[in-house]
Amino acid sequence: MSKPESELHDPGTTTREREHEHVEPPIGWDGRTLQEMLDESEQRLEETGRYQGLDELELKENDPFKYEQMYSRLRGALVSARETALHVSASPIVREIGELCFQIYTPEGDSVAVSTGIIVHVHTGSLAIKYMIEEGYETNRGIQPGDVFCNNDNDLGNVHTTDVHTFVPIFYDDELVAWADGVTHEIDIGGMTRGHDQVASTNRHEDGLYATCEKIGEDDKLYQDWRDRGQRGVRTPMYWDLDEKCRLAGCHMIREAIHEMIDEVGVETFKDFLYEAVEEGRQIMESRVKERMFPGTYREAGFHPIQWEDKAWQPGAQQNMMNHLPVEMTIDGEGGMELDMEGATPPGPHPFNCAKGSMEGALWVYLTQSILHDGKVNDGAHYAVDTNYPEGTVVNPQDPELSYHTPWMTIFPTYLAVSKCLSNGFFSRGFREEVITGYGEPSDALQGGGKLMDSLSEAIPDALGDYFPVGPFDFSCQGLGASACRDGLNYGYAMFNPEADLGDVEEWEQTQWGLIQLSRRVKPNTAGHGKYRGGSGWEGLHTVMGSEDVSLYTLSIPTVTWSSAGMSGGYPGGTSYSVRAHDTDLAKRTVTDEPYPLDDMPHNGRIEEQIEAEEVIRDHDGMFFPEEFENYDLLRYQTSGGPGWGDPLERPPEKLKEDIEKDIFTPDVVEEVYGVVGDYDAENRDFTIDEAATAERREEIREERAERTQSFEEFFEEEQARVKQSDWNDGVQYMYEGVFETSEEWAQDFREFWDLGDGYSP
Amino acid sequence: MTDLDQARVESLIDGELSWDELRNEVLPDPKDPDRFQKTREVLQERVDWDDPILVPLNDHLFVVGTDDGRVIRADCGTDLCDAGENWKRSCEVFVREEDEEFEELYEEYMHVDPDWAFELREWYCPECYQLLDVDAVPVGYPVLKPFEPDIDTFYEEWQGRPAPDREGEQAAD
Repeated sequence: MSKPESELHDPGTTTREREHEHVEPPIGWDGRTLQEMLDESEQRLEETGRYQGLDELELKENDPFKYEQMYSRLRGALVSARETALHVSASPIVREIGELCFQIYTPEGDSVAVSTGIIVHVHTGSLAIKYMIEEGYETNRGIQPGDVFCNNDNDLGNVHTTDVHTFVPIFYDDELVAWADGVTHEIDIGGMTRGHDQVASTNRHEDGLYATCEKIGEDDKLYQDWRDRGQRGVRTPMYWDLDEKCRLAGCHMIREAIHEMIDEVGVETFKDFLYEAVEEGRQIMESRVKERMFPGTYREAGFHPIQWEDKAWQPGAQQNMMNHLPVEMTIDGEGGMELDMEGATPPGPHPFNCAKGSMEGALWVYLTQSILHDGKVNDGAHYAVDTNYPEGTVVNPQDPELSYHTPWMTIFPTYLAVSKCLSNGFFSRGFREEVITGYGEPSDALQGGGKLMDSLSEAIPDALGDYFPVGPFDFSCQGLGASACRDGLNYGYAMFNPEADLGDVEEWEQTQWGLIQLSRRVKPNTAGHGKYRGGSGWEGLHTVMGSEDVSLYTLSIPTVTWSSAGMSGGYPGGTSYSVRAHDTDLAKRTVTDEPYPLDDMPHNGRIEEQIEAEEVIRDHDGMFFPEEFENYDLLRYQTSGGPGWGDPLERPPEKLKEDIEKDIFTPDVVEEVYGVVGDYDAENRDFTIDEAATAERREEIREERAERTQSFEEFFEEEQARVKQSDWNDGVQYMYEGVFETSEEWAQDFREFWDLGDGYSP
Repeated sequence: MTDLDQARVESLIDGELSWDELRNEVLPDPKDPDRFQKTREVLQERVDWDDPILVPLNDHLFVVGTDDGRVIRADCGTDLCDAGENWKRSCEVFVREEDEEFEELYEEYMHVDPDWAFELREWYCPECYQLLDVDAVPVGYPVLKPFEPDIDTFYEEWQGRPAPDREGEQAAD
């Protein structure tokens, strides 16, 4: 096991913090402790509804130029830290895809400004800082100039285990003036299996390395025992080490920038600025709601199926489960927004449990992409939204024993529902361009790892070792949902990172030495149907070469059910599925120059029809647990398409001609769904529309609608009978049973809707 | 600030604007504050009735003020229900749950596993069979009412005027 030998930081280069080797508590402003500052802040917010009880934004009003200049400068420092520090990292997840972010907080832990990147963490860092304050770190553990803290404990303030925060307190004249925080997404965090978003872990002890708001260094240097722990706690010590240096370097850059700013404007002005910026963020959020939304109540729901009866490794997880993620959004007359998830399912023996802070962080990242994409993006927006993530549910378990490795599977369906609520408001106000029916969930995250065979490992630089992690973040490019005036963006969106990027194949192959990408292609029929279709997903094929001890798996959503539908008559995109081919003749084909598979078309071109293989596993469920792969085995995966908007029959035939020629849809699907008929010359990618046949087919479809539909009363009667008999599968039973246990309110609404009587339970 | 004239609003509604036009003229913040009114006027001109549109709900549904109260009306002129009710209860519905039903829309493997008791519910106008909405939900899931607009708060407190169907009432007061 290698140990990094270089010093993390030369103390001589960080001048300012060296002037204050030790600061006696209290370290807060004006002789107060951090706890006193936090208590006063919360009290003022409670009493006035305004951050720090600010009646006026005096600095902004009296000297707007200076105020805006300070904000721009602070944000510039954060972005600069991110763009510079990411080059310290070796992990392409950080360096190529940019899965990192930096932010600055008030002493009480409220975010003021953020860099670009995975800004879902802005609020989670806030929670971790507040935990340290409330646990008395100021006097018990000590918060001193030059200290370094670390957290990735989801229950205290983090999204999932592989996101790691580094915190640096920033002092000025014996006072803590701010906190800097940097987060990177690790390619491996230890845990029971390889990978950064595990499927197999079912409790905390299987999640991997946890730092629980720990002090990990002082005098700008990391403790040796902490560094040893990191090196021994993960499978990829080199990436871990460089990611940590990346975070710390960025935080130190921010610290230097803040010192320079305070030198110029004075510390009192800086303090005023911090508070005003948060309050302005709160005000901007409220005004934006009034500008874009319609007052009222919005309701949607997301669903996440977990088909593990025959897959999970641990006995307790061997069951089918469905998580229920209901969303009721209320916009009041003042522009206040309330988000209520009453009726969410209980937590479970899976890694998809999501801490309250993760849900809040995810709300935050989604709001910044939908309603708050400019202005002061900070914790002010958090204070402008009332949330209810019910305790004891999968969206707020309040139980550190659970696994929180992959809460994204809970976050994605929830914020699909939020997206639809917001979009209903945007549409009603006439802002059709802002409507987003949702997104393709970032799916089929291929993960795992392996070792290079000795003969090949000699060709790789010694320092890297022979283990290669597999975690391509190319799943960052899914199809975006349609808006109410245009199609969704093809293969270019990830909910978790507004700057999502596919990354070059070569970047991943430099890391995943034994995993070769055979193809990346548009995946036909993934886009959600509609007058405006969703963006398309794509498909990839990998093979293993020159390696041994390789295990791979994919984390996939949506698979066996959808999470949600489209809007205004639009449909969800196609679900994912998995195909793996073991013991193939790919090696022979490469020698004899024979064709090999580049895609999988379920109807007319399956992988098994394109290659010889001893075993082909084809599964409706795109998600599978870690599985051994030998050299020349094949693994196919795909990303999701976004949902559509509007009745497909209203989509102009010319757009469908283009869709067919670009492989977005196949001609048979276009004829069936959109009623557009024609001849396709696939070789020349030329579709000729038969206008008469199209008119006829569209009329037929309308007539079919009249013939095959039923009245609501008939539907109600049939569905009610099934409800009375619990006529559904065990996964749906898990959902209804769990919700009835956790929410009497939701259960009563359910009984009333189906007219079941008080004694009913599923 | 964006400031779309009526022709531009019509083009937006008709989906005729290119990405460059949307990005440069329509998407930037802040938005034109009278977009709601401009949109409402365009939509009102396109329907065959004089009752005022109060809120557009989706491509084909509106809350409309009538002499008999507020109703949810499809653009073909069919009144589905009172504004306070769930309009889906007045629709014709087609439920897909079987492989062959899903495979009219999706390829094999790229739709719900039928073992999962999960439905696509398609909601149609009972008169013209326009597809109005699609839900993807497990069997037995209640039919949600997606949006209950607070119409008077919007007009009176946010727009500073009575709702169009209440203008006469206020004048009479």
